[in-house]
Amino acid sequence: MLSVLTDNWELFVDGFWTTVRLFLIAAVLSLVFGTLLAGFRVSPVPALRAIGTGYVNILRNTPLTLVFAFLVFGAPKMQISLPTFFWSAVIALTVYTSAFVCEIVRSGINTISPGQAEAARSVGMTFMQVLGIVVLPQAFRAIVPPLTSVMIALLKNTTIAAGFSVAEAGAIPAVMAERGQNQMATLVWITVGFLILIIPLVFLQRWAERRMAVA
Amino acid sequence: MRMRNLVASLGVAALALTGAACGSDEPDAGGGGGGNAASDACGDLHKFDTAAAADVAGSATYTKIKTRGNPVVGVKADQPNLGYKDADGKRCGFDIEVARMVAANLGFDPEKIEYKEIPSANRETALAGGEIDYYVGTYSITDKRKTQVGFAGPYFIAGQDLLVRKDDTSMDGGKTALKGKKVCSATGSTPIQRVKDEQLTEASNISEFKTYSECVSQLLDSKVDTVTTDDAILKGYAATAPDELRVVGKPFSTEKYGIGLPLADKALRDKVNTILETSATDGTWKAIYDETLGKSGSDSTPPPLEKY
Repeated sequence: MLSVLTDNWELFVDGFWTTVRLFLIAAVLSLVFGTLLAGFRVSPVPALRAIGTGYVNILRNTPLTLVFAFLVFGAPKMQISLPTFFWSAVIALTVYTSAFVCEIVRSGINTISPGQAEAARSVGMTFMQVLGIVVLPQAFRAIVPPLTSVMIALLKNTTIAAGFSVAEAGAIPAVMAERGQNQMATLVWITVGFLILIIPLVFLQRWAERRMAVA
Repeated sequence: MRMRNLVASLGVAALALTGAACGSDEPDAGGGGGGNAASDACGDLHKFDTAAAADVAGSATYTKIKTRGNPVVGVKADQPNLGYKDADGKRCGFDIEVARMVAANLGFDPEKIEYKEIPSANRETALAGGEIDYYVGTYSITDKRKTQVGFAGPYFIAGQDLLVRKDDTSMDGGKTALKGKKVCSATGSTPIQRVKDEQLTEASNISEFKTYSECVSQLLDSKVDTVTTDDAILKGYAATAPDELRVVGKPFSTEKYGIGLPLADKALRDKVNTILETSATDGTWKAIYDETLGKSGSDSTPPPLEKY
């Protein structure tokens, strides 16, 4: 059981390192893009609201595999060329996850009573200031737990990239099958790997919740 | 206002749905057609004369087939012109023809063969457990496998080769010309492992997809420069699009495809070897090759048998 891991240590390390890179880049991008979209959805400009709503309704209802397939197989047919399969995967994960981030941030914004925004407006703050200084910092308190869940889901979603030429943790079983290694043991070790990767996220959530509670 | 928006978006959704429905109906109406169906659909299979019931003395497998009335054959279903199942469920390809030829010469109607798709990793188990009577599907004869199953043949000698776009001559030198080229193959497969081990190209230029079809799609879209695996599989793809693809034809490994049989059944193995021998001399081998893999434009001859 242990030899399955130690004999193929390099394969596991390479695979999980790609998973971590994929996750970190996609996480940062989707947090930024998702928050921006949430801003769109609560903005006073109808056109921006329509874009935000349209984006969320399309991407939230599309299977992730389809988003991948569209970028990797569909885009080249329309003469749209993405640099590498790794970045195609980052884009697919980002556009998919930011729809969920957007809705979570928006639900956080809705927990702040409109009176606060109105008060901020009445002292002359712009929309960006109201959102950035008054509403979002308070909203983040409410959204830490669901946001962590979405990030954990994103981490696991990265395995779909294995089917689209990104050699991350999800691609390990195929290589192990060719090497004649036990599949069950391989899958157990991959599970252990993911559980380990999730631990920092759980601690991050606990830390953020404690910090927000004081504020 | 809210209500009107809701009605409007529902209307749009309904339109989109009916549009999608129309889209998916069309190919059905055309008889499983569509743009590329002509090359994907299986054509007519080779006609074999079913031999008079040839008794294979001492073969447990043969006795089993005879009581059942038809052979159960393990095959692959995703390799065009080799082991393929089209959208209508019809099977065709070189391996399928070999399976039918063996059945016919054993005295069973090839139309009555029951096919089972067995993934590569499960072949030995399926033969040992009696789930299938014999296996024809790019099954390489190796010494390690000979300890678990019996092999008749080889009926074809393949080698790792390169599939390229027809107008691309930059890789005609074979494996040494791969440096700096984007190479694609099936995830974790032996051919891509060889490219990595021998460092034939840079690690960042290697793409791995679940199936060869996905690699071929990337090749046609110029996202990769070549697809590498056994030439038999590549010829099958080249035969589906002879105007766009071709096989380089400088193999750099040797894979002997054999017919997998239960380990202990030497009587059946000898009989199948005789069938293969006859097919090589009477022109049947050549005929079924030309009808399948030969469509890619490359020629081949039956290999010498390795009886044991």
